[in-house]
Amino acid sequence: MSDNDFRLKGSVVTTVVLEVKTPNLEQIKLGLKEKIAQVPQFFNQAPLIIDINQCSEPVSLDLFQTLVAGCRELGLAVIGWRTSEGNIPSWRFDCELPLLPNANSRQINIKSETPAPAKDPHVVIKTVVEEREVSQPTKLITKPVRSGQQVYAPGDLVVVSQVSAGAEVLAEGNIHIYGALRGRALAGVKGDTSARIFCKNMEAELVAIAGNFMLSDALQKIIWKDAAQVLLVDEALEIASL
Amino acid sequence: MAKIIVVTSGKGGVGKTTSSAAIGTGLALKGHKTVIIDFDVGLRNLDLIMGCERRVVYDFVNVINKEATLSQALIKDKRTKDLFLLPASQTRDKDALTTEGVEAVLNELSKDFEYIVCDSPAGIEKGAQMALYFADVAIVTTNPEVSSVRDSDRILGILQSKSRRAEQGLPPIEEHLLVTRYNPDRVSEGEMLSVADVEEILAIPLLGVIPESEAVLKASNQGAPVILDVQAEAGQAYSDAVDRLLGEERPLRFTDIQKKGFFKRLLGG
Repeated sequence: MSDNDFRLKGSVVTTVVLEVKTPNLEQIKLGLKEKIAQVPQFFNQAPLIIDINQCSEPVSLDLFQTLVAGCRELGLAVIGWRTSEGNIPSWRFDCELPLLPNANSRQINIKSETPAPAKDPHVVIKTVVEEREVSQPTKLITKPVRSGQQVYAPGDLVVVSQVSAGAEVLAEGNIHIYGALRGRALAGVKGDTSARIFCKNMEAELVAIAGNFMLSDALQKIIWKDAAQVLLVDEALEIASL
Repeated sequence: MAKIIVVTSGKGGVGKTTSSAAIGTGLALKGHKTVIIDFDVGLRNLDLIMGCERRVVYDFVNVINKEATLSQALIKDKRTKDLFLLPASQTRDKDALTTEGVEAVLNELSKDFEYIVCDSPAGIEKGAQMALYFADVAIVTTNPEVSSVRDSDRILGILQSKSRRAEQGLPPIEEHLLVTRYNPDRVSEGEMLSVADVEEILAIPLLGVIPESEAVLKASNQGAPVILDVQAEAGQAYSDAVDRLLGEERPLRFTDIQKKGFFKRLLGG
């Protein structure tokens, strides 16, 4: 065994959580479909966690598995599920998906069943849990983003020109547009709720941050054809002048 | 090497063929040997606008398929010296255009001509992409209304991403905006976008503004490019555009409302 073959690392990934409130599967599926249709790019193969803690009735294995299949059908990648400590169903190990710890409870117990082989002094087992945020480089666009074009930035996106109607710019981080924004701008597409959109001239078809969006009709009542920033405050979009 | 100019728009019916005929003729009138190619395979129109429909024997697709030589297919214009036309095939479709075939024809034409004007079909599919692929210069023809402007924006995106210059990382295609069917009266009444609006949305330099004119329809039906009608405003506006294309400075004309004189009002002019 050598250290070069692999490395175990910890990593933090932002995912979408589906909080199930009623066992009404059809309604859930319809609602989801609608949400996805609004921002398909954002949801395509998005990692998803199903949270059944707040469901009004206990969730059966059957129901759970139908829900998982339904999510996958809609193009979501279900990576696990979670519930609260006292609410764990009996089918916990039968569902073939990992039960994940809750967001604020950080309990990572790594217990090895067998004691460390202290007999062999040449072998040292080390568990390195690394947790870091990798900052992506900023993407810079100097030409107009034309109708029908799409630009995706894994970090921040800076457009030193305009974004035409019918064009779409997406970024996992912030979006800065030093020109008119007439198309769609989606910031924080992987769930970063602190992402913002800045533009010199707001004429957007749609703006979105971490899946929360607003259309031009609503924007026109707030700020139109003027410098603006879009941010998320308590899960609600806010449009502020610059 | 010849300069390859594509006249394109995305949207149909905005005046691509009229503009191709006028600009091609204008370049030839200035003494530059010019050929206009009709890329609208299956919907051949340029020959009608140029008034040579009865002289079409072989066409562009015949040349691509090596069923005819270029000199057999090229039609020499009867009115204008130094002007030739390569007509489209009416019986085929856009799939008859292959990148290699088009390239071979353009290369051969490049040896003899100074300007090659490619009259693009509408749309953003194969025919339009073939017409713009080898271009050095693009004249984006736009009517002052929102759908035409948006389609032009889309075509500009394709020029920047799917042309040979874009794919090979060469200097980008030189883009020019040609606003056609402009009616200052309707602009002032808010029924039409102004030149400034169109320029702001598309953000490319303006080559010319062609006023809406009855002379254009008349010219089409008579089979004489409107640029030859030196009395008509549209003809003069095309002349100005050609001059600008050749690097000369010309003030913008026919973009302001003309005050009707007493007699004109009296005679209902």
